[in-house]
Amino acid sequence: MPFIPHTADDIREMLATIGVPDVEALFDEIPQALRSDALASIPPALTEMEVGRLMSERAARDGRPLNFIGAGAYEHHVPAAVWAIVTRGEFYSAYTPYQAEASQGTLQLLYEFQSMMTSLTGMQVSNASLYDGASAVAEACLMAVRANRRSKSARILLPAALNPTYREVLAAIAGNQDLRFETLPYDARGGCTTAASLEKYRGEDITAMVIQQPNFFGTLEEVDALTDFAHTAGMLVIAVVNPTSLALLKPPGEWGVKGVDIVCGEGQPLGIPLSSGGPYFGFMTTRMEHVRQMPGRIVGRTVDLDGKPGYTLTLQAREQHIRRSKATSNICTNQGLLVTAGTIYMALLGAQGLASVAASCMERSAQLVDALTRIPGVRLAFDRPRFHEAVLLLDRPVAPVLEALAARGIVGGYDLATHYPALGPALLTCATETRAPAEIDAYARALGEVLKSAAAA
Amino acid sequence: MSKVPAELRFLKSHEWARLEADGTVTVGISDHAQQALGDLVFVEVPEPGRRVVAGEACAVVESVKAASDVYSPVNGEIVAGNAALGGQPELINQEPYGSGWIMRVRPEDKSQFAAMLDAKAYEAALAAETH
Amino acid sequence: MTEKLIFEQSAPGRSATAQYPQAGAPPSLPDALRRRTPPVLPEVSELQAVRHYTRLSQLNFSIDTHFYPLGSCTMKYNPRACNQYAMLPEFLGRHPLAPESTGQGVMQCLWELQEMLKDVTGMRGVSLTPMAGAQGEFAGVAMIRAYHRARKDEARTEIIVPDAAHGTNPATATMCGCTVREIASLPNGDIDLDALRAAVGPRTAGIMLTNPSTLGIFERRIREVADVVHKAGGLLYYDGANLNAILGKVRPGDMGFDVIHMNLHKTFSTPHGGGGPGSGAVGVSERLLPYMPIPIVGRDGDRFRWLDERDLPQSIGRLSAFMGNTGVLLRAYIYMRMLGREGMHRVSEFAALNANYLMTRLAAAGFELAYPGRRAGHEFILTLRGEAREHGSNAMDFAKRLLDYGYHAPTTYFPLLVPECLLIEPTETEARSELDGFVDAMTAIRQEAQTDPEKLKGAPYTLPVRRLDDVRAAKQLDLAWKAA
Repeated sequence: MPFIPHTADDIREMLATIGVPDVEALFDEIPQALRSDALASIPPALTEMEVGRLMSERAARDGRPLNFIGAGAYEHHVPAAVWAIVTRGEFYSAYTPYQAEASQGTLQLLYEFQSMMTSLTGMQVSNASLYDGASAVAEACLMAVRANRRSKSARILLPAALNPTYREVLAAIAGNQDLRFETLPYDARGGCTTAASLEKYRGEDITAMVIQQPNFFGTLEEVDALTDFAHTAGMLVIAVVNPTSLALLKPPGEWGVKGVDIVCGEGQPLGIPLSSGGPYFGFMTTRMEHVRQMPGRIVGRTVDLDGKPGYTLTLQAREQHIRRSKATSNICTNQGLLVTAGTIYMALLGAQGLASVAASCMERSAQLVDALTRIPGVRLAFDRPRFHEAVLLLDRPVAPVLEALAARGIVGGYDLATHYPALGPALLTCATETRAPAEIDAYARALGEVLKSAAAA
Repeated sequence: MSKVPAELRFLKSHEWARLEADGTVTVGISDHAQQALGDLVFVEVPEPGRRVVAGEACAVVESVKAASDVYSPVNGEIVAGNAALGGQPELINQEPYGSGWIMRVRPEDKSQFAAMLDAKAYEAALAAETH
Repeated sequence: MTEKLIFEQSAPGRSATAQYPQAGAPPSLPDALRRRTPPVLPEVSELQAVRHYTRLSQLNFSIDTHFYPLGSCTMKYNPRACNQYAMLPEFLGRHPLAPESTGQGVMQCLWELQEMLKDVTGMRGVSLTPMAGAQGEFAGVAMIRAYHRARKDEARTEIIVPDAAHGTNPATATMCGCTVREIASLPNGDIDLDALRAAVGPRTAGIMLTNPSTLGIFERRIREVADVVHKAGGLLYYDGANLNAILGKVRPGDMGFDVIHMNLHKTFSTPHGGGGPGSGAVGVSERLLPYMPIPIVGRDGDRFRWLDERDLPQSIGRLSAFMGNTGVLLRAYIYMRMLGREGMHRVSEFAALNANYLMTRLAAAGFELAYPGRRAGHEFILTLRGEAREHGSNAMDFAKRLLDYGYHAPTTYFPLLVPECLLIEPTETEARSELDGFVDAMTAIRQEAQTDPEKLKGAPYTLPVRRLDDVRAAKQLDLAWKAA
């Protein structure tokens, strides 16, 4: 029996100690009528070798196509040292650091993470992570409603250029608590949210506004103007940001006159592979005045009985295990292992390394856009500055084009038809520092062939 | 054992109240409550001018192991919150009936104060609870 | 045994240059959007970073290094194979939005996981998307609300929760816009059926339960509980935190539950990672199938595809940006394939054997059981109220002293109902010798408490730090490093 160490002698002696004839007797409090049958659809056990073979076959079926999708998850080089350390048993199989003295490794690492995230985002305090970027935005909106005492409306402005799945998750998570979401349109030429679109809300009671930078299209928003308008109107500002971009872009703590109130986003670009969709981690930072409204675990530095510095979970009275129905959130687990990866990644790269990754991403994506827009039938959608993604307009539906590219081993981008039908056939495509010039050329060649071989729509 | 001053009134939820000469009611939490909470680390007091009703949560007291709401015993208007608790939440542990007061309310209706438990009744409630 | 902060080991200009991509042309950015001062991140060499984080890891207790009997957390062995095969480069390098044609392998694993979880839980449908137990709870309560709303029964907004419930339960109910109604347990740990009958009515949306309960005890009259709630028009939610106790023996679907969440990071052995990632897959009965969170893996013949809002128009929606914690799901899949049918039965058998053995031996050693005369499921509760009364040593002191003996402490002070409690869950992967060693340690500590209670109060002595000042941590908030 895998992983169960008991010998026949162990079993016999333990049963004797307990005073029962067999293991079945240990379940004698369970009514016979409830006892289940054989679990017919579970296959027989596989040895480790057999399951290894099975998984390798499944993996081989999927292969490793060349990736040009971003859309919320980004392929970056992860230094080998990161996961070599993350998968050490002491990190991998440790629990939540409730017994602080036995968890100083995890706790100090989380404190370092919090320190790095506050600086990266230009804010004053960070939590120890949330589940992912989408749920982090939902938690940020709920937090804004709690924190903005002056506003009673619970109305929140969301850009149409905010990641559409984030908007769906927001509705699913925060919709039951009477939050009302309203959409700010994006400008058709620039692909960005304009201060002009905010004018109709002047004088209204709006609790908060979300700004994503770069936005879902990869375009850079005019964050200063948006932030200042929101603050003048009594709104709190929630920034949703890409952590890699913060190496080069002005951090949200410096947007506008006052800086934003809450920052959140997806931490996956920091040392976490694409992993077929997860696990990732969400991050959240804020001003010190809002720290008690911030959900999730927080690590604090203190001293022990001998006056030595040590780390412990703090402000736990806000959390579910104490406050119960009045908790700031129901969150229990965070994403400890992934935060470990993110922290080690940031330590290895440092500010300079992260800046060079960001710069390389911008360079590669510019090369990608250049190469693809040379192909007849492919145009750039928006004319504003970008980070490392771009929207390209095609002369025919995108889905079949992507299938044809997939058959050639290239995952070309994300089809915007479902979420942004007004754009017409539109493709969101991304190149990071991981895409070599030869790979970009290969994509351009393949796309050229695909578009030539089929008739234009 | 916890102190229960004879001249005060109490709620089952461990708030105490004192009717002042000027007609306002000072409110805090009892010695029993501060012992149960342990060292207080943070207190949030209400803003003056806020209208409250009896049973409404007006303040929050937070220790390492618990965060509890503090309820107003009467309908009325908040006249003051104890600003000293911002920097020194431990005043509630040290002097729960003195410098650790939490808020002052101007009541609309004095009969609500009279309807609170007197010291003896609160002591009896405590004895029943810890049984 | 302390380790300085990584920032304190930094030196300006020091870096791990092997990690920098080839330098290209500096990017052109609008001046107003450009960052002026670089973020404060470490400036260390690669070896410094590796040494620092390796040394930090060595300050931790973990399952790989210590017996970790944390009640309600199921700290069983995390098989290394699960990690290795979940991290095959094809799975690791796949973008979640890549075409389905390039993901049939991983989707088949997820589909089979859905099917296996349906079988072990006795439920009709499974969604793998919730990213943690608490998110699974949220999905469960949200589905219950959606069900009542779809029937135009808007009055049902009350969730009944036993007073012994885990804190996430009432917190979740509030997050779903419900109110919470607590009912008391009987002294023997069972639900008070009379109190339940009095509590249900036209406002009842449902009840959140775990079985065995947080008191470690199987609710024998669960079918009656289900009948009472169903007859009143409410639904039953099962908190699967304690599934390890009944895996392969009883199925929540057969007990009458309408929705369950599972903690894959407990029962199905995915790593705890120092606080996550988890995975809170949910299973539902027939009547809640339309409301499941999306996406779900569907099957058309031998092709797999994602079922989304077009297939489930009444779904409660998406809870994550993609499809949940795929890496965690793959680990659970590999674990279940290695256990197989037989292994699935054995889990609860040996979890119960270990728990009952440990309980018997500790009782024989003079410790007070909170519920003597009841069988342990996979965990049981000791109360140290006697010790606290006699010589002032409480559960916290025992827990801290256990660390010196090389054992991670059990769960302390949960459930809240039992004073000075230790909730102990050995799990099925521990050998008898480990359990005997734990009994010896507890006995020795009790001895110490009788002769020298101050000793316990000062524990731990042998760890990287002594007992930490929690009050100071909360009052003088130091949550991020600042340069001097």
